[in-house]
Amino acid sequence: MSEEKKKKSLIDELIYDNPVFGLYLGICSCLAVTTTITNALGMGVAVIAVLVLSNILVSLVAPLTPDEIHIPVYIAIIASLVTIVGMVMQAYTPSLYDALGAFIDLIVVNCIILGRAEAFASKNGIAASARDGLMMGLAYTLSVFAMAFIRQILGTGVLALKNPLTDTTLFSLRLLPVGFDIPIFTTPTGAFLVFAILAAAVTAYKNSKDAKAAAAEKARKAAEAKEKAAKAAAAKAAAAAKKAAAAQAEPAKEA
Amino acid sequence: MNLFSIFIASLLVNNVILSKFLGMCPFLGVSTKLSSAVGMGVAVIFVILGASVVSWLLYYYALVPLGLEYMELICFILLIASFVQFVEMFVKKTSPALYKSLGIYLPLITTNCAVLFVAMDNITQKYNLIETAVNSVAVAGGFMLMLVIFATIRERLEGSDMPKAWKGNPIAFVVAAIMAIAFSAFAGLV
Repeated sequence: MSEEKKKKSLIDELIYDNPVFGLYLGICSCLAVTTTITNALGMGVAVIAVLVLSNILVSLVAPLTPDEIHIPVYIAIIASLVTIVGMVMQAYTPSLYDALGAFIDLIVVNCIILGRAEAFASKNGIAASARDGLMMGLAYTLSVFAMAFIRQILGTGVLALKNPLTDTTLFSLRLLPVGFDIPIFTTPTGAFLVFAILAAAVTAYKNSKDAKAAAAEKARKAAEAKEKAAKAAAAKAAAAAKKAAAAQAEPAKEA
Repeated sequence: MNLFSIFIASLLVNNVILSKFLGMCPFLGVSTKLSSAVGMGVAVIFVILGASVVSWLLYYYALVPLGLEYMELICFILLIASFVQFVEMFVKKTSPALYKSLGIYLPLITTNCAVLFVAMDNITQKYNLIETAVNSVAVAGGFMLMLVIFATIRERLEGSDMPKAWKGNPIAFVVAAIMAIAFSAFAGLV
């Protein structure tokens, strides 16, 4: 039972509570870095790194931070981590760093990170915060990957992944025949359109799930009520039987 | 580059929302009503101009002489956060009426990525102080322009019939996509 529950909540965390398509957080970078899956995965890894580390640090300093200045403190932590991640990327993956441009620095103002620091890490322990950061980061990465996957295939017809460390192409697969690609998907227009479709899909999934949950809840309540009624009836019957037995016993006593 | 072409480029050609994808969160949040869109737009113009000029001064008069350019990100974000707080207090003290209408939008601006982007972009582009001011106003003006256009469209969308899953933000993105096509016509302008 707990195993099943865990599995279900994993999918829920990635899709149902998806920070990008479900809660509309961190949209800016999601639209901007999704022209190729290489950029999207690079951005995803950077966000996971910052998110996990910031969650850990925030959960450590939260008990020591006065309430009035907690936002500036968290922002300073996040900004330092982003600077470090940016420097590492500039050193080891220069082409990826150039491709992502200002959006590495703009991880600082990605609402997901400050949001998780504020809503989760400041109230929970290190291990739980690290796990939460990882899950949120994975959900973000899944979102940008899904967008980049669609945009790259439709926009260029080729699905290609580069190794950012050495700048060599890991694989390159032509999925649409030459001349059948739709270049508009590589432009901002395509980004908005793909985002709209995915957001609508996630909303539809959520709606159907909510409807199902509501139906299940209703059925459970109905069953409960039925059971209660049956129990009450049984109790009544038992009481009546008892009374009858007592009534029967009384004349016997008298006699 | 002369000032006018900087202005047109930032206002229309490289529109902050449609081609740079910045400031999407407040864009989605407050573009449902025209009055709040105008309020947010004015607040953003003010904050972007102020924060950019102050961070330009900070960069060239404090960070560069001290050799601390790599601290740019941390300094700018803290500066923006405190600037927003300062503006909020200032407006509250001097003009309670303005504060009442802008009040709720001001704290939101700290997390508006456009503010941080403009401050850093001015440094990357090596603008001087006047160019920085012009660029900041143009970017913020482009943001407000989109916000106002969008608010008028979304007020109409509100009452229209559409599948349940598309209601709200998803349909707004479709509108943004169409708008991006329209704005791409400005590409050859500068």
